[in-house]
Amino acid sequence: MNTPMISTRGLTKVFGYSPQAAVKLLREGMDKDAVFRKLGSAVGVYDVSLDIERGRTFVIIGLSGSGKSTLVRLMNLLLRPTCGSLLFEGEDIVGLKGNDLIDYRRNKVSMVFQGFGLMGHRDVLGNVCYGLEVKGVRKDKRIDRAMEMIGLVGLSGWEHQPISSLSGGMKQRVGLARALANDPEVLLMDEPFSALDPIVRRDMQFELLGIQKKVKKTMVFITHDINEAFKLGDRVAIMKDAKVVRIGSPEEILSDPGDEYIEQFVRDIDRSKVLLARNVMITPASLVKIGDGPNVALKEMKSNSISSVFVIGDNMDLVGIVTLDSAMKARAANLSLTEIIENDIIVTDPDTPIADLIPIAARAKFPIAVLDPTRRLLGIVTKAAVLSSLT
Amino acid sequence: MGPFNWLLTFPSALTIDTGPIVDDAVASLSRAWAPLFSLMGNALLGFVNSIQSVVDIIPWWVMLGIVFALGWRLTRRASRGAAYAFMLLIVGILGLWELMYITLGLVISSVLISLAIGLPIGILASGSRRAESLIKPALDAMQTMPTFVYLIPAVMFFGLGKVPGVIATTIYAVPPVIRLTSHGIRQVDKEVVEAALSFGSTRAQVLFKVQIPLALPTIMAGINQTLMMAMAMVVTCAMIGVKGLGYEVIVGINRLEIGRGLKSGIAIVIMAVLLDRLTQGWFSAGDKLKEKDE
Repeated sequence: MNTPMISTRGLTKVFGYSPQAAVKLLREGMDKDAVFRKLGSAVGVYDVSLDIERGRTFVIIGLSGSGKSTLVRLMNLLLRPTCGSLLFEGEDIVGLKGNDLIDYRRNKVSMVFQGFGLMGHRDVLGNVCYGLEVKGVRKDKRIDRAMEMIGLVGLSGWEHQPISSLSGGMKQRVGLARALANDPEVLLMDEPFSALDPIVRRDMQFELLGIQKKVKKTMVFITHDINEAFKLGDRVAIMKDAKVVRIGSPEEILSDPGDEYIEQFVRDIDRSKVLLARNVMITPASLVKIGDGPNVALKEMKSNSISSVFVIGDNMDLVGIVTLDSAMKARAANLSLTEIIENDIIVTDPDTPIADLIPIAARAKFPIAVLDPTRRLLGIVTKAAVLSSLT
Repeated sequence: MGPFNWLLTFPSALTIDTGPIVDDAVASLSRAWAPLFSLMGNALLGFVNSIQSVVDIIPWWVMLGIVFALGWRLTRRASRGAAYAFMLLIVGILGLWELMYITLGLVISSVLISLAIGLPIGILASGSRRAESLIKPALDAMQTMPTFVYLIPAVMFFGLGKVPGVIATTIYAVPPVIRLTSHGIRQVDKEVVEAALSFGSTRAQVLFKVQIPLALPTIMAGINQTLMMAMAMVVTCAMIGVKGLGYEVIVGINRLEIGRGLKSGIAIVIMAVLLDRLTQGWFSAGDKLKEKDE
């Protein structure tokens, strides 16, 4: 059950002459450019080992020429690996040939292309049907299935339109519907949104997340846009010069780039969309319990030079907040803490992106309290923390 | 001049007199394989004659009607259809209707043979670089070789008449359909072919469901050019005894009957123009119609 969907070990692809000699030089530590100068063979992908878990979105990011498109084409064997192993659900598929290869492509993997790869001589329905048609699915069945997929990507009513009449975003919806129609186990997406303008791209990313929630496919998503990578990916692999230089979750990579190249890459990112409340929250310097009196609260505030303090119950559950002013009044009037507690605190859960907190933090009188589902106080997010996380 | 003469003129010692060798080879080949050639010749003649008899069935007024209807449908203008029909009517008025039918039969036969040979070769050349590297120089030779050079051996093998005419026309007319079929298939977007492969298409499925349909406009342009080149061979073929409009031109020239030559010349031009327009219109209108239907 824990077998990864796709697993590669030392996967390598060299184009051109004498690939084996090129591999030998690479193993001796020569880099991609030196190999090209010496042998004239272009190294597409070298020594890539990664595991893609079932049902997750695995993003491969890199600059153009870093080998990411080559890597994804190895996964459906549009390109043959020069060496290394490629396992699909634990089975080695490097040597798949003839009907086995065709069956693998028909049933296990589907691909979405950067330039859409749609067939201009067929209409929307004809394109979405294509995979089922070559598989030999009966006409009425494949049309039913295709119609369902066209609905899923929001193109109902466009079934009989020629491809040339569609906008870029709509074309890629057709590409996505065509890939989903086959009900593959893995969706390979080769920079699917790179050819779209930014607004359409954002919509498509959003929609893809929604579709992914419904279909729950394993996805391998190629992009050169770091924001896209971190928005969509459960795991992200960063490629440079034909090699994977880093694999991790978006948070791991952001909080610890670990190398200058990755840091430069990550610098572009809009951190507010990736960082979550839990990443910037701090443990409050002081807390008072509900049973304490105003004097305890005043002392806590004075010794930490703060103007308000959170009040918690017995199980670390948040009760409210007490300000310096009201605590002083309470002491003078001899009131208990419960009588002066204020409740207009802004609370959030730990997985809220910072981006969502920015407008709230600007208006908030007090720090934002981070609570778990049982209202236990996990930490606080100060205005300063929100703003400084953006730089 | 002196002893260094050989530096200035090509030395006669290096020339080989290849002419007689080829002559002998052709002569002995035509003798040795005579039964085979006569078999092939008869098969070809049978094919050409059956096409001819199909063409001959069409009465003149039906032919005019067909041209009018096609012209109307393809250009969507009745006036254009009427103009085409009128041009064809001129051929009849010139008294060349029967001769035009003979020429039409031969051109159609040659084009059909060219397509039967050219389309598969074009597909083959598109799929394999090695095949293309063999086919390309052969096509260059076929297109630049003066027609008479192979017209005469064709006569030696098959005798005078329609058969060597159709063979020579095919040799002359087949290159464009091969070239443009190959080119059309090659220029199909690589990503679309990749997409077709990625969905588990077999080679044949990629070819017939994706590459050929997408290459169709280019292939059609090749077919149109092949047709035009076949028309261009009409007069040349008349020199080896092929009857029809071309023969009238030759007779007119030989007898210095300028009017006779000119009449046939005009009929050939009308035929060529009509065939060109009607086939071109067919292809482009066909595309538009298909888009609408889908």
